Amino acid sequence: MTTMINLTIDQEPIQVPAGTTVLKAAEKLGIHIPRLCYHPNLSLEGACRVCVVQVEGFNHFLTACGQEVWEGMEIQTNSPQIRQARRDIIELLLDNHPMDCQTCDRDGQCELQKQAYRLGIRERLFEGKRKIYPVDDSSESVVRTPEKCILCERCVRVCEEVQGVHNLSQHGRGFQTVVGPANLSKMDDSACIMCGQCINVCPTAAFLEKDHTERVWEALSLPRGVKHIVVQPAPSIRAAIGECFGMPIGTPVTGKLITALRRLGFDAVFDTNFGADLTIIEEAHEFLRRMGGEGQLPLLTSCSPGWVNFLEKFYPEMIPFTSTCKSPMSMLSTLMKTYYAEKKGLKPEEIYVVAIMPCVAKKYEASRPEHRMENGDPYTDAVLTTRELAWMIKSYGIDFVNLPDGEFDRPLGISSGAADIFGATGGVMEAALRTAAVKLTGEELGPLMFEDVRGVTGLKEATLTIAGMDINIAVSNGLTNAKVILDKIKAGGKQYHLVEIMACPGGCVAGGGQPYPPMDMDVLDPQLPLLRAKALYKIDTDKQLRRSHENPAIEHLYQEFLGEPNGEKAHHLLHTHYKASLPRGIR
Amino acid sequence: MTTDNWTEIKAACEAALPAEVVAFIEKHKGTPHSESQLIAILHMVQNTAGYLSKEQMNAVAQLAQIPLAKVTGVATFYHYFRLNPRGKHMINVCLGTACYVKGADKIAQRLMGDLGIQFGETTKDGMFSLESTRCLGTCGLAPVVMVDDQIHGPVGPGDIATLLDRYTTKKKGAKAPIPV
Repeated sequence: MTTMINLTIDQEPIQVPAGTTVLKAAEKLGIHIPRLCYHPNLSLEGACRVCVVQVEGFNHFLTACGQEVWEGMEIQTNSPQIRQARRDIIELLLDNHPMDCQTCDRDGQCELQKQAYRLGIRERLFEGKRKIYPVDDSSESVVRTPEKCILCERCVRVCEEVQGVHNLSQHGRGFQTVVGPANLSKMDDSACIMCGQCINVCPTAAFLEKDHTERVWEALSLPRGVKHIVVQPAPSIRAAIGECFGMPIGTPVTGKLITALRRLGFDAVFDTNFGADLTIIEEAHEFLRRMGGEGQLPLLTSCSPGWVNFLEKFYPEMIPFTSTCKSPMSMLSTLMKTYYAEKKGLKPEEIYVVAIMPCVAKKYEASRPEHRMENGDPYTDAVLTTRELAWMIKSYGIDFVNLPDGEFDRPLGISSGAADIFGATGGVMEAALRTAAVKLTGEELGPLMFEDVRGVTGLKEATLTIAGMDINIAVSNGLTNAKVILDKIKAGGKQYHLVEIMACPGGCVAGGGQPYPPMDMDVLDPQLPLLRAKALYKIDTDKQLRRSHENPAIEHLYQEFLGEPNGEKAHHLLHTHYKASLPRGIR
Repeated sequence: MTTDNWTEIKAACEAALPAEVVAFIEKHKGTPHSESQLIAILHMVQNTAGYLSKEQMNAVAQLAQIPLAKVTGVATFYHYFRLNPRGKHMINVCLGTACYVKGADKIAQRLMGDLGIQFGETTKDGMFSLESTRCLGTCGLAPVVMVDDQIHGPVGPGDIATLLDRYTTKKKGAKAPIPV
């Protein structure tokens, strides 16, 4: 039985289990102690000191985040001295911070700004020395601005503890301390896998996505007819972008999203879902081929570009296991500049492709040489994160919440429910199984729901019996979990057949480009991907089409253009390859 | 199809480090808390090479399987670790209280001017490295400058040229300290 501890917080008695921290005990009483470096899903740091409290019998302050309660403890969380101490701490942080809130990307969503406001800092008392560092925008995905860093180390911790990449560390000491990759080298010369989780956990704007809004505004403002501008939003955008406009987490907004994109001026609004259905066809055939003895098992999925980067830097020996399928985004972009261009009588260079992604690694994927046309132009011209698109919609003055529902254009906008769930961890697996089960059994109606692979648990394993065969599957999200499953595969023993790997914890719905969560929720809170995923599963169940291979537009595409799944043309256009890349990551 | 680049990486890393460092890393690999050997490993590397090069830090990271960011984070945190090649002679200017009130800053300025380097740097000819230090325990001689393991003091800005000369000219008595 757990020992219970009695204590008082601001004169209110409370009983909590032994081992509870002051911060958590206070939360039970509805007292929110300010914090900056603390994050409930990361290890304790105790760096910022903002959460200090006064404890009877002590003449110094204690930090609430790390201090465990004891019997008879008397805590003051709001004495004048404590308020003053917290204010001083934040003021000192502000003194070493560029005071450019008005022009900062995180204005209104910055935790430092919020704390400064809450603690009542209304003037600057000191004008001290300030650290000056250049912005590092060498990476295609993640921009690092060390001047805005408050050294809370949340990025260091998420990169190490959740993603197992450990690309970031504090360098130097004292006033010269700076967080960055090894040797403080450029981000594009580091082990960074570009998942963007550092952006999500950063309390300020020390990490941000590489801006693509400028180039999209530019394309949209071209005289009519110069370029045919097409757009494709990923599955998880429709489950999350509503949050940016004050809608409850997990509100599906597909129709409003389409209308908003039309109002921004896109000539055609297609759906990455179509690419997802196509990925399933190609990947399911690849899987069936490998099950038939052609190539290695397990088949590892390849939709997540953060995972692909991790594969190439950390586990290059696993490349032969990985599906050669391009991601849904890249498949669809490729079709837009080939199949669709042909249909429209346009040259590929007359089409401008914008992808809306929950992901910052997709920006890098789009720039890769493997995803370029023969003339060197990329298939995907711009990749906007959910946040970037939400800002563009606001900037354009579109009243998102009250928009009428629109519909995707045809034919690249038709999709099955299997595509929608790609945004949730386990979704790709479930979508693949829906199709594979039908192909393996030869029965028209295979199972639709695969409960074993749902939910935000970091690593899920199951054995399914399909057509008399035992198929061992695994689903992982968050790359520390990917390491576990990859090491298991390498160790031999159990034969896995199909493994889904997503870089971000919770899958794409919690990707590095998704909206910052509202005030009452933390990034990495499992509820966040769970609620967003619920919206996707709802869209799925509401659809008539539930299996990718039932998508009539896909069927038509193969007949009219691609030929056979995994055939020569499909292989040329829809598949890619990977190679070991440097610097080699330490796992 | 082999896509693994580990064999080449391992070979290059082993070539970048002295054999005894590689052996030391191997010996501790897989033992509990093996990554707490990091500082000991970096000491060994610096003791043989005089400083920690990027190549060597990377080799330590790969062979010991300690993330490179952690290695360079530790190397930049501790004052003792040097990230640049060390000159033939190491000049340490004491900036402790006693030396400082006796004008150590002027000596430091003069040294920086004459050598054309800042603290933590090495002259282009590889002759001198300049560092600052705290109290050397010879406050009676303040202000003092330590060259290699010899203490010189009291030193005035005017003595710097002669002092440096003793180390640059290859006379027989060149290594003898300035009489105190």
